[in-house]
Amino acid sequence: MEIIDILFTASFWAAAIRIASPLIFATLGELICERAGVLNLGIEGIMVAGAFAGWMAVYSGTDLWTGVAIAMFVGMAFGLLHSLLTVPFGLSQHVVGLGVTLLATSSTYYAYRLALPEVTSPPKIDAFQPLEIPLLSEIPLLGGALFSQTPFTYLAFILVLVVSVVLYRTPLGLALRAAGENPAAVAAQGLPVTGLRMGAVIMGSGLMAMGGAFLTMSAFDSFFFEMVNGRGWICIALVVFGAWRPGKALMGAVLFAAFDALQIRVQQTSFGAEIPYQIFLMMPYILSILALVMVSRRAEVPAALMVPFNKGER
Amino acid sequence: MRLEAITQPSLLRKMVPPILALITTVIFASFLAMIAGANPLSVLGLILKGAFGSQFAILETLNRATPLIFTGLAAAVAFRAKFWNIGAEAQLYAGALITVVLGTGVLPWPSFTILPTLALVSILAGAVLLLAPALLKTRFGVDEVVTTLLFNFIFLLFISMLLEGPLKDPMGMGWPKSARLIAEARLPRLVDGLRLHWGFALAVLSAIGIWVIQTRSTLGYEMRAVGLNKEAAAFAGISVNTVLVKTALLSGGLAALAGFSEVAGLKGSLTLDLSPGFGYTGIIVAMLALLNPLGVIIAALFVAGIFVGADSMSRAADVPTYLADIMLATALLLMVLAIMLTRFRVVRD
Amino acid sequence: MTKDATEVLRLNRITKRFGKLTANDAVSFSLNQGEVVALLGENGAGKTTLMNILFGQYTADDGTVEVFGETLPAGNSRAALDAGVGMVHQHFTLADNMTVQENITLGVRSLFSASLDRGAARARIVELSETFQLAVSPEARVGNLTVGERQRVEILKALYRDVRILILDEPTAVLTPQEVDDLFVTLKQAVANGLSIIFISHKLHEVMAIADRVVVLRHGKLSGSARVQDTDTTSLAAMMMGTDAVPPVIATSAAGEALFELKEVSTPNIGTAPGLKSVSLALRANQIIGLAGVSGNGQAALADVVGGLRMPAQGHVLLGSEVLEKWTPRVAVQNGVARIPEDRHKTGTIADFDLTENAILEQYSTAPFSKKGWLNWRKARAFADGIIEKYDVRCPGAGTRIRLLSGGNMQKLILGRVLEAEPQIVLANQPVRGLDIGAVNYVHSQLLEARDRGASVLLISEDLDEIMTLSDVIYVIADGRLSPAFTRGEMTPAELGIWMAGQGDSPKEVSYAS
Repeated sequence: MEIIDILFTASFWAAAIRIASPLIFATLGELICERAGVLNLGIEGIMVAGAFAGWMAVYSGTDLWTGVAIAMFVGMAFGLLHSLLTVPFGLSQHVVGLGVTLLATSSTYYAYRLALPEVTSPPKIDAFQPLEIPLLSEIPLLGGALFSQTPFTYLAFILVLVVSVVLYRTPLGLALRAAGENPAAVAAQGLPVTGLRMGAVIMGSGLMAMGGAFLTMSAFDSFFFEMVNGRGWICIALVVFGAWRPGKALMGAVLFAAFDALQIRVQQTSFGAEIPYQIFLMMPYILSILALVMVSRRAEVPAALMVPFNKGER
Repeated sequence: MRLEAITQPSLLRKMVPPILALITTVIFASFLAMIAGANPLSVLGLILKGAFGSQFAILETLNRATPLIFTGLAAAVAFRAKFWNIGAEAQLYAGALITVVLGTGVLPWPSFTILPTLALVSILAGAVLLLAPALLKTRFGVDEVVTTLLFNFIFLLFISMLLEGPLKDPMGMGWPKSARLIAEARLPRLVDGLRLHWGFALAVLSAIGIWVIQTRSTLGYEMRAVGLNKEAAAFAGISVNTVLVKTALLSGGLAALAGFSEVAGLKGSLTLDLSPGFGYTGIIVAMLALLNPLGVIIAALFVAGIFVGADSMSRAADVPTYLADIMLATALLLMVLAIMLTRFRVVRD
Repeated sequence: MTKDATEVLRLNRITKRFGKLTANDAVSFSLNQGEVVALLGENGAGKTTLMNILFGQYTADDGTVEVFGETLPAGNSRAALDAGVGMVHQHFTLADNMTVQENITLGVRSLFSASLDRGAARARIVELSETFQLAVSPEARVGNLTVGERQRVEILKALYRDVRILILDEPTAVLTPQEVDDLFVTLKQAVANGLSIIFISHKLHEVMAIADRVVVLRHGKLSGSARVQDTDTTSLAAMMMGTDAVPPVIATSAAGEALFELKEVSTPNIGTAPGLKSVSLALRANQIIGLAGVSGNGQAALADVVGGLRMPAQGHVLLGSEVLEKWTPRVAVQNGVARIPEDRHKTGTIADFDLTENAILEQYSTAPFSKKGWLNWRKARAFADGIIEKYDVRCPGAGTRIRLLSGGNMQKLILGRVLEAEPQIVLANQPVRGLDIGAVNYVHSQLLEARDRGASVLLISEDLDEIMTLSDVIYVIADGRLSPAFTRGEMTPAELGIWMAGQGDSPKEVSYAS
């Protein structure tokens, strides 16, 4: 019964939203890439790079939002590399994605060792603090859960809205979606398929890096290895689960995070203490796989996902 | 710009891009070494020396290459059929797990049967572990990239649970570590007195075996056909799903042999740091080898050399050892680009 | 037609080479205001290349394009669009998962404008579709439309952009004769509204019906031009084909016993295309059975059943007199079914396999090509060399990757692969699509040869002319249902067209001018 009670506490939902925030950024980023027809398996490494870049910037003296911007730019740089290889050159998106993850991760660790050669435990920064929104934060349950978060979380929710509007209400979004459905149709209308796809991957990678930065700048206040720990791969599952729609992906991320928050709390109950903690830690990954199996039958994959476009191919 | 297929690439066209890719990788690594305040030439020299500069170094490289040959083959076999098994890490641990479960004295059979049994059971364990993602793909259409990746995390937690629970060595002074293998379950050394075990020979033989299968057998033909064009393969009468499942079983089995060979040949017991990412590195090995099983041997030696060399360089020159990973990632990305450029020319249009 | 001397488009000595092949050799012609010019030529004559140059997909090696007196910059795909030229491609460039409106408005407004203004866009589409009689709903998902409706979307796409010049590439290839009439009504309306039209085709009677002027392309060169009232189909045919291509002579033949039968076969739908609905069909020896119909009306399902890729959900299939329990591609091949697939690039061959590997694709698992799971490459190579020799496959050798071959040579390899064992049943699904005239005649003569040695040939084609020329007996398929059998010469194209539109069994008498 104590489990049911947990579900009705604001602190539980506040934790769920906090856990969901980095996933929302990265899922949105992956969603943009895939909507334009490019699978970005660089996500895991780009999150690592973003986590380090944002934190390092703030540690070196910039303010928090500048740190976020720097993280985003680092992500965009890796996005540029990824898109250059996969879009105009049409190389395997699987191989390039894994390569980018490896490159981003290893160069991050290299940079960390160079920047902080002597430290044994990584230094802390002054991370984002919760900002209670007047009036709204006083709504019972919802106020504590949604409106007492850090500004970085609010940004995640705003971005869901922005991405939805851009994708479905603007000519740019229309062209981007069409590039993922039938690039030949886009080219026939005189639009640059290569540019659209590269742009999507670069922007998407920027968002992934912001997701990583959330970990070091809002969820925690310091950087350590293995911090991202498969979150990128989970986001890829969330994109599928969310049927490539920003709103549904947001719901998926929050639902997923709620399960995660719940398992943390169940671990601390008397019942949870009897179960090996590894079982709880497995849950997010198992849930992701189950989610994929559930939606696989009715998945509406962008028709040209992973299909390279070579203008004038004969 | 646009890409145009080259009908008959010249020798120059086939050689120049890959060589340029390697040179660029080395230049990039030198640049990073300079950022770290070291002399790039001496860093490269130290890596070479650390990898191949002495008998000890060479043996160390061969030992490090052994699991990489297995995981490289696992990736090469699977990728050939476009089955994206990114879960070699988990399958490696599956092989290691079954080896320590059965290799610590529970098998009542004559001693000469122990090692072959352990090897076969390891193959089976890895194959079974990959069967789940394979069936999820063929039955439900679930993308195997994500499932095999996520399985790595799940399976490592599972190993951790076992090592802190039923498999924990009571003599292990509290460390999460399994009991040691009995002597009959250890792979002997290839040559007395030299620190290189039979796992390496097994790896090389496996590579040759896979090469024969790929070039001479109908299964190899089917795997290539499915990888290049599923639709045409199915039209011609190849059962795509059956081929994918067979591929998965073979790939998982090969990856598991890496775990068997590491435990039985080198470590003697199972710990959570048995593999520093051999499963993932196998993907690089396979790609650098252009998915050719014999090439995997060479690529694995190259990759192992860089790791072993970077370790010793790092101790001597104070450059972080992650330089090795960066070099490999760069080599991987540049090499796939280079291979494409051997077959297509970029045309401005 | 009104005659107006204002020149709107001019091609000046366009030349384009691909390696050794000269696709366009100094081609020049012009288009006047309010005029319909037909660009006539066989497949492979260079029509599509010419249009790709006009639209900046290719850069010409020589020559210029002028639109309304201005020279277009080369290799810029927007330039022609911006100058008011629109094109309806032979292969539609539509995104299936998006709506009609989304497809039409794609790329019209600047990418960086803030809104799509969907209300106004919808009103405009409705207005255009009424003016030009192009009935289609803006909200419909393109994937759910028929082929004819998709073409209307393509035309609307161009009209929505206020094009002054409209180019249609083989627009009638996928339509029923009645839909062709509707299209011509639309085109005449467009000309009345001041548009100028280039109509690309290889069908003479259509050209005579719609065009004011004809320019003919052969082997990449301009081989003639004429005003329609000054010429006739015979002289156009001479200009188009020359004298070097002689179509095979077709003798009639008497049908033998049924080799393969479908009895009241039904199959599930394939995506949006219908499955078979209680289809009964007998493939008899010594006969070419032509299956006409608009694409996406159940042809794929029928081909799958004959080819072993699909078992009927209801009804059964008979091989000779034996009811088939297990019918897979492999069983089909072993029982003498030759299968020429619809798409030789996607399903017929594996592009990165060499000719040897492609040659044994259907039989690699049986003797002599393999034994106990091991391949005999020597036998495979000999088999491939034999096909290359006998079927005149032009290639550097059996070790060449097949992606480097032309469509015609690829098809010859497939023909050799399936016909070498002298099969009794031949399934030819769109066997000449996209081939040049020489290859077309070759394929047709091979099919006739198979028939004459006693085989039963099922010829599935969207090209009514091809069906009517080759077939001993003709069926029409519409929405998964089969028409009665018609013998050669029994029906006019218009009558078959009624069946293609799915109205064959309705009692209403309809007469169409042809």
